[in-house]
Amino acid sequence: MLLVVEQFLNGLQFGLLLFLLAAGLTLVFGIMDLVNLAHGSLYMMGAYFAATFVAWTGSFVLGGVMALGATLLLGIVLEFTALRHLYGRDHLDHVLATFGLILFFNEAVRLIWGPAGLALPLPSWLAFPVTILPGIQYPAYRLAIIVVALLVALLLYLGVMRTRIGMLIRAGASNREMIGALGINIKLLYTLVFGLGAALAGLAGLMQAPILTVQIGMGENILILAFVVIVIGGIGSIRGAFIAAIMIGLIDTMGRAFLPNLLRQVLNSASASTAAPALSSMLIYLLMAIVLVARPEGLFPANRR
Amino acid sequence: MKSQLNVSSVVAALVVAGLVLLPVYSNLTGNIFILTLFTRIVILALSAVSLNLIMGYGGMMSFGHAAYLGIGGYAVGILAQEGIGSGWAQFAVAIAVSALYALVIGALSLRTRGVYFIMITLAFAQMAYYVASGLARYGGDDGLTVYKRSDFGGPINLGNRVQFYYLCLFCLLAVVALVWRIVNSRFGLVLQGLRSNEQRMQAIGFPSKRYKLACFVIAGMLCGLSGALLANNTDFVSPAVMYWTRSGDLMVMVILGGMGTLMGPVVGSVVFLVLEEVLSQLTEYWALIMGPLLLLIVLFGRGGIMGMLGRLNRG
Repeated sequence: MLLVVEQFLNGLQFGLLLFLLAAGLTLVFGIMDLVNLAHGSLYMMGAYFAATFVAWTGSFVLGGVMALGATLLLGIVLEFTALRHLYGRDHLDHVLATFGLILFFNEAVRLIWGPAGLALPLPSWLAFPVTILPGIQYPAYRLAIIVVALLVALLLYLGVMRTRIGMLIRAGASNREMIGALGINIKLLYTLVFGLGAALAGLAGLMQAPILTVQIGMGENILILAFVVIVIGGIGSIRGAFIAAIMIGLIDTMGRAFLPNLLRQVLNSASASTAAPALSSMLIYLLMAIVLVARPEGLFPANRR
Repeated sequence: MKSQLNVSSVVAALVVAGLVLLPVYSNLTGNIFILTLFTRIVILALSAVSLNLIMGYGGMMSFGHAAYLGIGGYAVGILAQEGIGSGWAQFAVAIAVSALYALVIGALSLRTRGVYFIMITLAFAQMAYYVASGLARYGGDDGLTVYKRSDFGGPINLGNRVQFYYLCLFCLLAVVALVWRIVNSRFGLVLQGLRSNEQRMQAIGFPSKRYKLACFVIAGMLCGLSGALLANNTDFVSPAVMYWTRSGDLMVMVILGGMGTLMGPVVGSVVFLVLEEVLSQLTEYWALIMGPLLLLIVLFGRGGIMGMLGRLNRG
């Protein structure tokens, strides 16, 4: 029971982080029709910025806010210098160009921060366990991630559903040409959306940094997961991304935690302990394949034609 | 078809001539390293050619092509470990398993299109990657050393560097010739018709999915062959050859050379891998140059190297 609750919360936390990444990715994908493989690099940059600024200022919150601003700025610069010229091009061109950007970012990080990873210490005011249910304790920092991510998700929902800019974003996701024809400054909107996506990725990176090591290539693995999320959720759909992200987070975490024991009851323990990690890593890809075979446009397609 | 001397075919011919003469150069200068490097290049060029068949001619953007490299490699590695050293058996299994894998994932993936197709092929390749990581008997994550290269009997000896190089080059040229035959056959024309306008082809009465699936399976088999060669080249196979960045590398080679051109993938592989090698000798931070270079090629060099050469010819 204790383990189930704990793993459930871990899964939820991971899912919410995935959502932060996937939200930016799905907006950029849905509105600009841009496949941005370098989104994971922005996540990595967020973590590196956070580790640097926190060490520099000595305050987690101040450093985090600075890291957030830096990622936002980086995203805007990136959109302005490179990605802007890729809109309207073939998806394959996007893949190639942003693949190049991944190489660049990984190498730049190696040049600036060195090949060894960085560690971002937990903020001391969050480094204590919280009793969430009688007898069940959970790290406060992870709870804080859940709360912050839920807040951001709520803000994003309100922003996209209730504000004028959000209206434009939604309109852009369902018909790009039309909102351009209606006299909306599409270029500005694109830069804004890209910056927002970058900031969300940076936020995910900086919140994840104290739990994992900040290292080169940390963006690539999670990028693929974020892609899985937006494909399952339906490209361009924030709601789909939210549901799919929580689903993926829970399945991945719970699978890793409980599959070995389940397998051990079927197979002998040696083969179970070797098969389980591979099988639990496969689970989400299996889910994605099933979803795509059953519903080729994802669960909540944004632009129905 | 009217043949004409244009820049891109001259470049393609020069590349082939260079590849054929390379062992002579290596022998004269005693530079063995370059032969090893180019064996790898030729093998990866073979997989790029197979990827180009589905991507360039069939319009199917597979982001999971490296899976076949792993399947081919593991067929060689696993059979060798189980005591079946015959190259004929190993290569046959490599190609047959690749075909089966391509048939299954192709049948499922072709239900989707566009970006969803890119992602579902990626998902299947990642599954293959994790299956390989879970093969504890065959090294799991650490990979599998191939202690003995495939044994073809007779005078064929893969242990001989030059002979092995020429065998790989022969396979590459044979596959290029095969792709040329396929592309210019009725089957290939239907395929290119499907790439341009699938609905129209369906309306004329072509069963589009069957054609695409057949093409997908052929490309998978060819890449499985390249995987078997690759395992022989490195004497090692690990899940890493199936990782998604490897599929990305293959895509880059195809697009860099020129998608949908016969020799483009070969030129692209040579340029990409040589550039990688040269830059990595120049500076430890070679990707710092390589990354922006890729970006610039996309921004200013539409149609890859072959496309640029073609424009040179016209303009």
